[in-house]
Amino acid sequence: MSVELEVHDSQGLATEEMTLNMGPQHPSTHGVLRFIVKADGEVMRRAIPDIGYLHRSIEKIAEKVGWHGFMPYTDRVDYVAAMACNQGWAMAAERLADIEVPRRGEYCRVIAAELSRICSHLLGVGAMGMDLGAITPFTHAIREREMIMDLIEELCGARLTFNYMRIGGVAWDLPHGYVEKVSHYLDHFEPVIEEFNQLLGLNRIYVKRLADVATVDADMAIAWGLVGPNLRGSGVDFDVRRDIPYSVYEDFDFDVPVGSGEMGTTGDCWDRYIVRIREMDESMRILRQALAGIPEGPVIARVPRNFKPPVGDVHVKIEAPRGEQSWYVSSDGSEYPHRVHIRTGSFTAMGIIDRLSRGLMIADLVAVIASMDIVAPEVDR
Amino acid sequence: MDSTGIHAALRGRFDTAVGELAPGPFEASIEVDASVIEAVCTFLRDEEGLEFANLSNLSGADYPELERIQAVYSLFSYKQRHSITLRVNADRAAPVIPTVEAVWPAANWLEREIFDLLGVEFSGHCDLRRILLPEDWVGYPLRKDYEEQPDYHGISTVRESLLTMKRD
Repeated sequence: MSVELEVHDSQGLATEEMTLNMGPQHPSTHGVLRFIVKADGEVMRRAIPDIGYLHRSIEKIAEKVGWHGFMPYTDRVDYVAAMACNQGWAMAAERLADIEVPRRGEYCRVIAAELSRICSHLLGVGAMGMDLGAITPFTHAIREREMIMDLIEELCGARLTFNYMRIGGVAWDLPHGYVEKVSHYLDHFEPVIEEFNQLLGLNRIYVKRLADVATVDADMAIAWGLVGPNLRGSGVDFDVRRDIPYSVYEDFDFDVPVGSGEMGTTGDCWDRYIVRIREMDESMRILRQALAGIPEGPVIARVPRNFKPPVGDVHVKIEAPRGEQSWYVSSDGSEYPHRVHIRTGSFTAMGIIDRLSRGLMIADLVAVIASMDIVAPEVDR
Repeated sequence: MDSTGIHAALRGRFDTAVGELAPGPFEASIEVDASVIEAVCTFLRDEEGLEFANLSNLSGADYPELERIQAVYSLFSYKQRHSITLRVNADRAAPVIPTVEAVWPAANWLEREIFDLLGVEFSGHCDLRRILLPEDWVGYPLRKDYEEQPDYHGISTVRESLLTMKRD
């Protein structure tokens, strides 16, 4: 919000405000985004985000390419966690046309989405360490991420932009021996989280950099529309998978980790970090249950090639790795969507940074961006 | 509270400025007159039992044949775990809707996005600038009759087809 801030030193005399430019090409801004920092010495008065560098008009493209054709574009909304975007789009179209996905298809979706969530959180927490100067843990996180990407590659042939889901189900069934492979990987991955915590999360320097920095209390997080791990980091016990269940998440037993201010105040940067770490544990629990309980049957419903959902509009919410993604999709009964709007987790997280940055040190801005796990293409779409 | 109860509470307070409860094929929604949107939102946020502390989404869509642009507010209450959709119609020739930024700060950016892509003016907004597109972009891309400019600062926005391009 445009609030003019008077800059005064300790004697009440006006000092000169310095305007710094951070980005758009900066190693720790997670993509191409820019901050205009108004600073008084080392202390920020404001950090004004300037977004749009990665705007690819994905919502406009949706109106031009038709319902089936938009699926590969959803990968590009958040390319770090493309499965979630696939799922959001598929679910919106399915709800409009009242299509029921076969149960095996839903299980495949959950397996893919949870693998993708672990993948995304690994990059998030790894990059967070790197942004704060801990380079090595990043390589550990990327090592694990590579293995999960191998698993996903086996599933859909792609490592980043998966294009795995379809309206009505998923494109391919699990390959031969996949359940064993993923179970085997989970056995390997389980101790890695603890190792990662020892390496990074409980490291004293790391904790000091994050604890009590940029605290967001629960009311503020809700009013500013923070979602997902950022919201739970502030102590709000809410997860779309559990509270507005979709797909087959009702079948699974899992906890929702929330921040509790273990290292400082509830809602600080460290809480947002630890929520992501614990969510990987919960994703593993879901994965194990899904792998054990996957039913036989088809993976995709019969959906006409000439897909024309009836007139109407729908809001679909899914729990993406970067928080609740809200899809507003409106159909005018034609073969092209009338309007698609995606409210992503990073968008609202970016919106709060101007407010959070006031009074922080410049070096903390990097910690704030990293702890919010902002991915620039998801902000700009 | 279900949507019928929420609608009854709104009707009790705002009478006919709040439209009928439209069941809709998927989720119930309430049409609200633009002039009272801020008061309605404040009421929904503060009234006990409603407590919509969160603006979950704010979208807009262009309906040229109806001569209007519609803003769609999706509200959620973390405390009561219920949701409601509000619709506000604006005249397409000069769409103006009062801002709800004072009710939920999250609306600041969401309104800027709609201003940027659909050209709705949110009156009273403290910082209504384009957010995704450059400041000097011409037109509102998500309007149905949008025509892209042939170039932007001398950069062509048209690409010759790779199939017909002549090679040197």
